[in-house]
Amino acid sequence: MARALINIPAKAAKGQIIEIKTLVSHPMETGFRPDNQGKLIPRDIINRFECEIDGERIFAADLYPAMSANPFLTFTLLAERSGEVTFRWKDDRGEITEEKRKLVVE
Amino acid sequence: MNGLFGIPTRREFLALGAGAAAALAASPSNATPEAMEKAIREYTGGISPMPGRVKIDIPVLLESGSAVPTTVTCESPMTAADHVKEIAIFNERNPLPNVAIFHFSSKSGRAFAATRIRLGDSQKVVAIARMSDGSLYTDAIEVVVTLPACSEDFG
Amino acid sequence: MIRTALIAFTTTVAVTAIAQIAPGERRSGAEFMSPSTQAMQKDDTSNPGMLAALEGETLWNAPAGNEGKSCASCHGPADKSMKGVAARYPAIHQSTSMPVDLQGRINLCRSDNQKASPLRFESRELLALTTYVALQSRGMPVSPPDDARLDPFRNQGETLWRQRFGQLNFSCAQCHDDNWGKRLGSAPIPQAHPNGYPIYRLEWQGMGSLQRRLRNCMAGVRAEPFGFGSDEFIALELYLMSRAAGMPMETPGVRP
Repeated sequence: MARALINIPAKAAKGQIIEIKTLVSHPMETGFRPDNQGKLIPRDIINRFECEIDGERIFAADLYPAMSANPFLTFTLLAERSGEVTFRWKDDRGEITEEKRKLVVE
Repeated sequence: MNGLFGIPTRREFLALGAGAAAALAASPSNATPEAMEKAIREYTGGISPMPGRVKIDIPVLLESGSAVPTTVTCESPMTAADHVKEIAIFNERNPLPNVAIFHFSSKSGRAFAATRIRLGDSQKVVAIARMSDGSLYTDAIEVVVTLPACSEDFG
Repeated sequence: MIRTALIAFTTTVAVTAIAQIAPGERRSGAEFMSPSTQAMQKDDTSNPGMLAALEGETLWNAPAGNEGKSCASCHGPADKSMKGVAARYPAIHQSTSMPVDLQGRINLCRSDNQKASPLRFESRELLALTTYVALQSRGMPVSPPDDARLDPFRNQGETLWRQRFGQLNFSCAQCHDDNWGKRLGSAPIPQAHPNGYPIYRLEWQGMGSLQRRLRNCMAGVRAEPFGFGSDEFIALELYLMSRAAGMPMETPGVRP
């Protein structure tokens, strides 16, 4: 089960642009690396990340094997109203890691 | 023998004997500047992006190619009518030319993303921004990757 | 390329190991890193070692073994009970009167108190638990126990530190006492302090123990590395902690 660290302020002023940092645990196996026996280890990467507020898209990313292990992503959000921010990572095996955080906009 | 992508590094290649030639031949071939150009053409639909507005930043001093701090930004009012839709990153010497495509909206506030990427060798990295009106902008940076001392695969 | 650099290094640098690093001259390995790698370590959402700490926290609270007890069942919240513990290890294990390092202590706790099988060296679980426990000492000074029973082992560690190893015939001290701050190939030579372990090494793209790092160094001088959990590594860890006494713990460190 992948684990994630998220840094998002709990409160923001209306119209403020806030920075959100995310770090998720994943080997990001490239598919180009041999194991000890010389056999290629199958590719297994997080290929998609999405961030939404109450279902409305803020930011998304399509990722390739050139992303580092334990993908780190920083992006911004225009704070317009309070809501629930959802973070979603999907890997090649279809495993989805989802985290939610409340954001209060005053 | 596991350089960043399972491809022997120059150092490993030097350290290996003649028997390694077969192993090297069996390794996946790296992307080339031509492969990157092709991937970029597919992304742009053959339209030449203009220089300006978008910017890619990577520190000059890198100690490892396995986690290269990379930031992309693009000037834009980021309104519903006029915003940056995407910024894509490409490289010319990893096994694949694609790195990431970031998707923005007017809710993003800014066209900004920071991440960490793998670079198997010193090479050029390219960013291309796609605006909501379909226009394209580009920036590129030459990156020098050095190798750590006393690494795992040294013995 | 690196081999050439090493040969040049042996011929141009005086290689007599003598002096220790003066206390005021001591520098954490973090200070030899590029600003971007330093920034990666400093920010907890950017430091991938914090993912190991997060997993360690889950393991701390998860029952294991035939006793059905978790670490927390006996020790309670780690932020109180484990504060300063990693800064003191290796220490003497009372029932055997032998020194044990933090990883070894966690495994003794598993076998003696939880009746669980020991965790494999460099396993994700052992590194996660060790990182979580060591994180509780972050910012605290390295504080080797004032325990005379440790002296013979510390002395063995110092002897190993000064002993030449491998086909390149280098001691630890020749690089890390006598030539720190110079370059080996393109990489600066640090002072080899143990205060950030377990570390997230960019080259590993994952976590590793001090013993794994020492094995990398030994492979670098073309020596047969000591085994994980060997007496030699415990002795070296003891010497390295006494050499770093007073320096702040910074687990989880990030290193190139």
